[in-house]
Amino acid sequence: MRRRVAVTINGTKHEHEVEPRLLLVQYIRDVAGLTGTHVGCDTSNCGACTVEVDGHSVKSCTMFAVQADGAQITTIEGLANGSTLHPLQQAFWDEHGLQCGFCTPGMIMAAKQLLERNPNPTEQEIRVGLEGNLCRCTGYHNIVKSIQSAAKVMAPGAERKAPAPVS
Amino acid sequence: MAISQMVGASIKRREDPRLVTGTGSYVDDISQTALVHMHVVRSSEAHARILGIETGRAKEADGVLAVLTGKDLKPEFGAPLPVTVCFVPDKKYPNHYPIAVDKVHYVGEPVAIVLASSRAAAEDAGERIEVKYQSLPAVVDIEKAIEKGAPILHEELGSNLSYDVKFAAGDIDAAFKEAEVTIKQRLIQQRLIPIAIEPRGVLADYKTFSNKLTVWSSTQIPHFVKVWLAVILGISESNVRVVAPEVGGGFGSKIRVYPEEILTALASRRLGRPVKWIEDRNENVKATHHGRDQIWDVEVAAKKDGTILGIRPTQWLNLGGYCSQFGTFQVLGMLVAQGAYKMKAFDGRAVGVFTNTTPTDAYRGAGRPEATYLIERVMDLVARETGIDPVEVRRKNFVRAEDQPFTTLLGLTYDSGDYTITLDKALEMVDYKSLRREQAEKRKQGKYIGIGLSTYIEICGLGPAAATQAATGVSLWGMSVVNVHFTGKATVIIGSSPHGQGHETTYAQVASDVLGIPVEDIDVQHGDTAIGPMGMDTYGSRSTALDGNAVHISAMKVQEKARKIAAHLLEAAEGDIVYEQGKAFVKGTPSKAVTIQEIAVAAFQTNRLPKGMEGGLEATTFFDPTNFVWPFGAHICVVEIDAETGATRILRYVAVDDCGTRINPMVVDGQLHGGIAQGIGQALFEGAVYDEAGQLRTGSLVDYLVPTAPDLPSFELSATVTPSPVNPLGTKGIGEAGTIASTPAVMNAIVDALEPFGVKDVSMPATPQKIWQLMHRNGGIKR
Amino acid sequence: MIPAAFDYVVPRTLPEAVAELVKHGQEAKVLAGGHSLIPLMKLRLSTPSFLVDIGRVGNLNYIREEDGHVAIGALTSHHDIEFSELLKNKLPLLTSAASQIGDPQVRNRGTIGGAAAHADPFGDFPACLLALDAEFKAVGPRGERSIAARDFFVDTFTSSLEPNEVLREIRIPTPPPGSRGTYLKFSRRSQDWAIVAVAAQVRVTGHEVTQVAVGLTGMGSRPIRASGVEQALRGKAGHDDELRAAAERAVEGTDPQQDLNGSPDYRRHLAQVLTRRALEQVTAHH
Repeated sequence: MRRRVAVTINGTKHEHEVEPRLLLVQYIRDVAGLTGTHVGCDTSNCGACTVEVDGHSVKSCTMFAVQADGAQITTIEGLANGSTLHPLQQAFWDEHGLQCGFCTPGMIMAAKQLLERNPNPTEQEIRVGLEGNLCRCTGYHNIVKSIQSAAKVMAPGAERKAPAPVS
Repeated sequence: MAISQMVGASIKRREDPRLVTGTGSYVDDISQTALVHMHVVRSSEAHARILGIETGRAKEADGVLAVLTGKDLKPEFGAPLPVTVCFVPDKKYPNHYPIAVDKVHYVGEPVAIVLASSRAAAEDAGERIEVKYQSLPAVVDIEKAIEKGAPILHEELGSNLSYDVKFAAGDIDAAFKEAEVTIKQRLIQQRLIPIAIEPRGVLADYKTFSNKLTVWSSTQIPHFVKVWLAVILGISESNVRVVAPEVGGGFGSKIRVYPEEILTALASRRLGRPVKWIEDRNENVKATHHGRDQIWDVEVAAKKDGTILGIRPTQWLNLGGYCSQFGTFQVLGMLVAQGAYKMKAFDGRAVGVFTNTTPTDAYRGAGRPEATYLIERVMDLVARETGIDPVEVRRKNFVRAEDQPFTTLLGLTYDSGDYTITLDKALEMVDYKSLRREQAEKRKQGKYIGIGLSTYIEICGLGPAAATQAATGVSLWGMSVVNVHFTGKATVIIGSSPHGQGHETTYAQVASDVLGIPVEDIDVQHGDTAIGPMGMDTYGSRSTALDGNAVHISAMKVQEKARKIAAHLLEAAEGDIVYEQGKAFVKGTPSKAVTIQEIAVAAFQTNRLPKGMEGGLEATTFFDPTNFVWPFGAHICVVEIDAETGATRILRYVAVDDCGTRINPMVVDGQLHGGIAQGIGQALFEGAVYDEAGQLRTGSLVDYLVPTAPDLPSFELSATVTPSPVNPLGTKGIGEAGTIASTPAVMNAIVDALEPFGVKDVSMPATPQKIWQLMHRNGGIKR
Repeated sequence: MIPAAFDYVVPRTLPEAVAELVKHGQEAKVLAGGHSLIPLMKLRLSTPSFLVDIGRVGNLNYIREEDGHVAIGALTSHHDIEFSELLKNKLPLLTSAASQIGDPQVRNRGTIGGAAAHADPFGDFPACLLALDAEFKAVGPRGERSIAARDFFVDTFTSSLEPNEVLREIRIPTPPPGSRGTYLKFSRRSQDWAIVAVAAQVRVTGHEVTQVAVGLTGMGSRPIRASGVEQALRGKAGHDDELRAAAERAVEGTDPQQDLNGSPDYRRHLAQVLTRRALEQVTAHH
């Protein structure tokens, strides 16, 4: 039996009839067509599927789309403002916080919540805040630097210099 | 030599804007109309005969287009999956087909495929398939597999022994006669699962009436996959195109012509529709090849003053259920098991054995981590035995700069490097003497810190044809095409197939320096067999040494032609032309220059060119160097052990590496960070565990422990630059060096910390329980 | 990766949810945060044909103090527990445990009711709730009943909830002023399940340990009260040697298993070490 799901993703309304067993990550990727959110495991360990649901970071592989009915969802595609990158995206670029890029969308979404809750984290707090996201390429070293760099720009009251648009 | 403006610059990567916005396309992001989804049913038995497969109920399920077994597909296999000689010409191996027919040899081997209109329908139907197995006794242990009476995987071979080969030089018996100190040690390389965060996936599209096959695959080797698809499917190679889209990590695990690449292509040909298969993680842990899994037994002959006379290593390799494509890549390790040291004799033996486990093959370092672990642990064992500081033992035995070019016992030539410089720098960074004092103080308080060294040399840049052609069947050249367009922008086609290494940026830097075209106007293309001549893809830290240099050479050829055109346009002699930062001018009159853009336009207007010169401004290079390249360095790890729980904390990790010319230091450092993390993973966290029946107990990321951010420290990196003499850029390789160096650095630190407890070796992963048990056997500290 | 198909209903009240469970019997499972159930379904290790999603039942998400108890709604997330000011003050044992469950994303979705009902012997809340003498309010077809913590956790993945009962609330007697609590968890990596963990709740009045409760995670098929430790320490002053001696008794009544992460011997040793460290923390002078 199919059920109606209505969600807003990155400000755009979506409404579909889906099977209850459709995972939220499959809805986002295959139904809404936003493939920036990735699947890296099947036991909720890797975090590559991290998105924001009603303001909380969530592993979208561990939710059914029907559970998200009515929710406001933000995915990686919703962070940039036109061609202007979000400070976290800019910082990951500046600090070489990615290599193959597969874990990156989920990592950035996890980092976003980390900084929203703790705008001035220590290195240890950053690392612990990322405990739900696996990266095999970077050893996390530059991911930490990226988040430290973004924190400076995103801190409340920080002098906000708009990052250069992507050419 | 042109002024280096881009080479050496840590510029931001061109790959990143699409990746940080989630707009890169990995294979699961690609679709085709009329797409069919494939689900693979895999063996739940480690060793069994297939008596029958019931597919009737599956065929009736909703959305199912076809269900095929090995019996159905067997007539279509034009050849088995490839196995290369790879340093062992006499190896015995079975034919390996993409799907089991009569027998299964490991849990995870494909036994049937379901083709359906959706992934869910295919998985649902897969549940309805019943495979009737006749279980056979399984063997997972190397030593048990070659015992008399062991269950034999491939009956036609008569035993589970694939090869037993010597790598020997010098008089080892004399060395042991001369020895004042002898050591015997078993060192175990536990099995690892590579776990690239993107599992594998394939989309195969066979167009019936044009007889053309296009395959998108999450692979490191699109060019090799193309050749083998043509051979196995019996299609003309000119009709096959393989594309590696964005690939989410490989680390060696995607260097293989995999069954699913063949199966999707066959299915697509049968159905006349595109077929997609995406690997779940629980498949990946069984179906994508594993790494390491070797036992090394070593005997060491040394003198009381710490001089190493000779070593006798025996390497027992667990090949798994089949001989994978390289299947003996790990034997490459034997070639560098001598390490950065001189010695008189080397008596090596490598034995490859089949067991009922997932096949093993290349995983970051592919043999060199194993060899470096061996020799770096040997250096510390000798230090312990002789009472000499491990730093001094290394100094004593180092191949020195003035000894180079230095021919090793097995005939390789180390050509560049002063290993004492990197060692001294690393010692300075940790303040070694103070650390030793601190260690002594802490021991009095019942606190245990340890200092571990790893002074490695590594062989990469695979490889010169002279050395590798016999091993792999082709010359592993570096390939590039540099093509300057009408408007003076350029496209560079490379033979490497990056999956995170940043080649779109670094090779643009190389070309930019030679041509003077800005980096942003140079587009680097890769990973698509349709766009250029055959490249040899990416593994073995080869790309910068080979394809990167091929880019430089092609760009120099283009520059050379540009000079000729400029001379003609400026009515000057070729010898008088200077080419600098994208402009050509007569020596002494830089104000009267022609730009590369103007030269490019002329190249498209042949009647403005010198008589006899063809139009166009492009060049192709197949670069075959005369030697491998030899990065080296010194890593030092400082750990603290919690005496009550056995937990290890890394206090500091210092690395000084020399990979020759660094095109983009930021990218180089990133490779080191990731490599070191994986080496620490092997030392402290990871290990694939099979039970006696051949079931993988560490079958998910809950149990297979990939390090997370809070488990790792930040790394302190420094570098020296000793250019390689065998390529124009002077570059070596760095992709695997971090992993090669780090595992022994960490393990040496742990063994060092536990010295008061009489501990001489700790097996990997060094779990808290293991360490605690070692500390407390025999009642605790031995003084 | 794709679960087997199932039918799905979203009741708005607990009685509705219970009615659905009664209607569908064995074939139905409760879905709350889903972080225990959905992974099992994705691997097809669990294939319920009916899911009752209680995620939208009202009035199950709260933390409040009333009548000398702290009452926590069954659908309160681990995150909300971790950051509750009230709990930081009154029940720091719970906030300490919550902060160590899984990872931040998991904590946003996981619920205390779900965790309790799942009864994983390696879960973190059960040992805490046992140490705090919590009471579990469950709603079933015959109405509501109260289950004491010592009767709630029965065996591995088995609570004493009936198949058609749903947890509504967990009530904990408010510890008296001066009480302290902490949760110490030992694992290989940060995001991992505990190998062994210890929940310690203590009150020192003057120079006497007047209240002490210790719960153990990972030392048996269900969470265990280390009553030997409690006996040894109650009434003592809390000196180091007394803590050490008490902690030695952490192994009494335990039955730790052998698995990939540890042997029974090692687990017993860890239980003693962690118990001593936890007691040191909660008895240390400010």
